[in-house]
Amino acid sequence: MHELSIVMGIVDLATNQALLNGANSIEEIELEIGCLSGVEMDSFEFAWKQGIRNSMLENSIRHIHRPEGKALCGDCNTVFHMQQLFDACPNCNGHLLSIIRGKELKVKSLVLPEST
Amino acid sequence: MCATCGCGPTDHHHSHDHGHSQGLEQNTGKKIISVEQDILQENNLLAQRNRGFFEGRNILSLNLVSSPGSGKTTLLERTLTDLKGQLEFAVIEGDQQTANDADRIHATGTKVTQINTGKGCHLDAHMVLHAVQGMKLKADSVLFIENVGNLVCPAMFDLGESERVVVISVTEGDDKPLKYPDMFHSSTLCIINKIDLLPYVNFKVEKAKEYARKINPNLEIIELSCTSGEGLATWYDWLKSKVLMPV
Repeated sequence: MHELSIVMGIVDLATNQALLNGANSIEEIELEIGCLSGVEMDSFEFAWKQGIRNSMLENSIRHIHRPEGKALCGDCNTVFHMQQLFDACPNCNGHLLSIIRGKELKVKSLVLPEST
Repeated sequence: MCATCGCGPTDHHHSHDHGHSQGLEQNTGKKIISVEQDILQENNLLAQRNRGFFEGRNILSLNLVSSPGSGKTTLLERTLTDLKGQLEFAVIEGDQQTANDADRIHATGTKVTQINTGKGCHLDAHMVLHAVQGMKLKADSVLFIENVGNLVCPAMFDLGESERVVVISVTEGDDKPLKYPDMFHSSTLCIINKIDLLPYVNFKVEKAKEYARKINPNLEIIELSCTSGEGLATWYDWLKSKVLMPV
């Protein structure tokens, strides 16, 4: 359940950003959680409900982008869609790969109320 | 609706590079702020701070990760005893509860700090930072950080370690690397422990190695047994080569 740590990280980050901008509530939050980031979304949902209680995110609308995994083969330079970390390069069957997309774990943006 | 550009939930495959990094935008009177910050940023910053501290003193810090019962603590006990006088050691023990592991390490005469995470399933850089503050670590030494026994959660949390060492034992399945790929992907050394039990179990070492290298072709692998002592010399050579040869 490291997802709870992730949710608490989001709450802290978003709260700090809102306070910096003179807001005391957050209307919307936009997240990026890559498919290879190691976050289990069912656990995340469970942790989210608990973690946002009594925080600025309690009533926020949440948007989640899930970038799919993409890897670059170090042997033949093929870029391909990676679903699992043990996937081989579809061109040369190599495993010397760099992950170029899918590991994202970010707060992208917030929408704060008008009055601020 | 997307908070940055108002696009619908179905068309989210584009990259958000159309002017979002400009900071504040006005849209229907609400204030939209671009954050673009990593959720683990705070942990990662503290981890880099730990890493700098370790590098400055030439401390080899090893984050030992595995499922519970793979033999991490026994490996440490054996290592600390066998290399006493040859290398300087300190240990941070991470467990949800009890100081049992710290007591075992303490019995070898090594400096040890126990971190109890309570309900937490992993150590983080902040816990390690505070543990290290109280330890007065010596230069040119080895710091073992034994993480909470868990092959999932600790993978995401950089502690500032020099190397991440994943331990599996032959009483587990040889497909463990495939089942828990994140940990094998982020480790630099894999120790296959309890090889004295190979005649009695269905664990195929070559299969396990093949699977591990599918996930991480650069992974070093050492097979050993703390009971028979087989393979320990290789592990000790690895340790010495890392700490005694200045970069």
